[in-house]
Amino acid sequence: MESLSNRKKVVSDKPMTFVESLYLPAIFNGMMVTLKHMFQRRKTIKYPEEQRVFAPVYRGMHVLKRDEQGRENCTACGLCAVACPAEAITMVAEERKKGEEHLYREEKYAETYEINMLRCIFCGLCEEACPKEAIFLTDRIVPTEYERGEFIYGKDMLVEKIDQRIDITKRQSTGKRGTV
Amino acid sequence: MDYALIIEKFVLVVILFLISLGIAAYSTYFERKLAAWIQDRVGPDRAGPFGILQPIADGVKMFLKEDFIPQNSDKWLFIIGPGIAMFTALITSAIIPWGPDITMFGRTISLQVTDFNIGVLYMFGVVSIGVYGIMIGGWASNNKYSLFGAIRASSQMISYELAMGISLITIVLMSGSLSLTDIVNRQHGMDWNIWYQPVAFLVFFICSLAETNRAPFDLPECESELIGGYHTEYSSMKLGLFLFSEYVAMFISSALIAMLFFGGYNFPGMDAFSGNLLAVLCVGAFFAKIFFFIFVFMWIRWTIPRFRFDQLMHLGWKTLIPIAIINMLITGLVIAFNEGWF
Repeated sequence: MESLSNRKKVVSDKPMTFVESLYLPAIFNGMMVTLKHMFQRRKTIKYPEEQRVFAPVYRGMHVLKRDEQGRENCTACGLCAVACPAEAITMVAEERKKGEEHLYREEKYAETYEINMLRCIFCGLCEEACPKEAIFLTDRIVPTEYERGEFIYGKDMLVEKIDQRIDITKRQSTGKRGTV
Repeated sequence: MDYALIIEKFVLVVILFLISLGIAAYSTYFERKLAAWIQDRVGPDRAGPFGILQPIADGVKMFLKEDFIPQNSDKWLFIIGPGIAMFTALITSAIIPWGPDITMFGRTISLQVTDFNIGVLYMFGVVSIGVYGIMIGGWASNNKYSLFGAIRASSQMISYELAMGISLITIVLMSGSLSLTDIVNRQHGMDWNIWYQPVAFLVFFICSLAETNRAPFDLPECESELIGGYHTEYSSMKLGLFLFSEYVAMFISSALIAMLFFGGYNFPGMDAFSGNLLAVLCVGAFFAKIFFFIFVFMWIRWTIPRFRFDQLMHLGWKTLIPIAIINMLITGLVIAFNEGWF
């Protein structure tokens, strides 16, 4: 077969010549290879100081969005939980009371909303399933913890703070879902 | 009794002790750095600038670990093993001439703890004792992997000591002396033994790798088959002493190679200097050579994979010893011819 990579080598098991059987030239060649590598550029990215540039489609930690008036978008329809292949999402729905219109956009909202970050596979299907543009995966990294329980993120971790809105413009570019 | 002599030797011993340990400590750091560079990585760089405090951090870690002694082990031998390994690695430095005499406080001070007239024999004796530390440590652990490691270490050392000794006889023949000072002084300037005895150097160098249990001859402690070999059961500073003694042994081996084949403290153009300046330059040249060989030891470790045990024995008994014997016979004949025996 023709070689596609141009790296094909014919293997043979012919007996070694005397020079080859000394092994010393081969060892010397090997040491030259390692010497060459000693002066090559390091491939390491020193993480906390330097960060790798993420791709625009990178899927990291989730965020539950608020709209322009600071109301939670999520209506606790459960479509994200249904779509989730890892069954990482659970929620409890609650009816919006009078006087809570400034907190929740829809008449129903999620009283609790939990994502188990150890189960989550960051596939992004929850984001695709969401009809209310409430859940998004951002380019933030899920921090490490010592206890398993700390990986179950509730609304306190997921809903964005009103004064610290999280930029998801990279993922919301199409506007297919209509205006927020 | 000359008290000044005692003080002088004592100071020299303490300095040598500290230098040996310091170089061994920083060898661990440099080994990790070099391994990283060869593999296109950065290596330890967190403890202090460029990670130069890493050996101290490692030492503190070793001290803080639990010092565990297995229940069925032979406790005294278990404790003595690493001590012997470290002790034998350190006492070789007593006979190494580190430089020419210096004049200080109106005295001529020799930069050598003791000038044995049988320095080469002493060196071999001490190197041979070195195997006892590993052997005792492996035996006392009461663990089959440790014992395997210890058996491998002893068989390897015994096999390679033969070739090492025979290759050294050529140097002794050429120098006509067993004193290391004489051997070094004979290689004045650039007149090094390596130009006359390249084959002996090669055999000696390979045997040094085997004697110090360095790759590609690190069979006694290979992780994949023996789970660490003779130090499987060791923890805390006892493990630290075993690992450390390997680095001290590497330092001493490099010093021996530099001394026997690369002129020791001699360097080209040394006749232009004299007195204490010459001594300082000589010591500098000697250490430069030692560091170069430490570098080569590490370079080889991170290049060549480990030997199989039968290959190791094959190389030792069927290749190196015949080469060393033939080399010795040829050297002897040439010297006899030059002396006018025929």
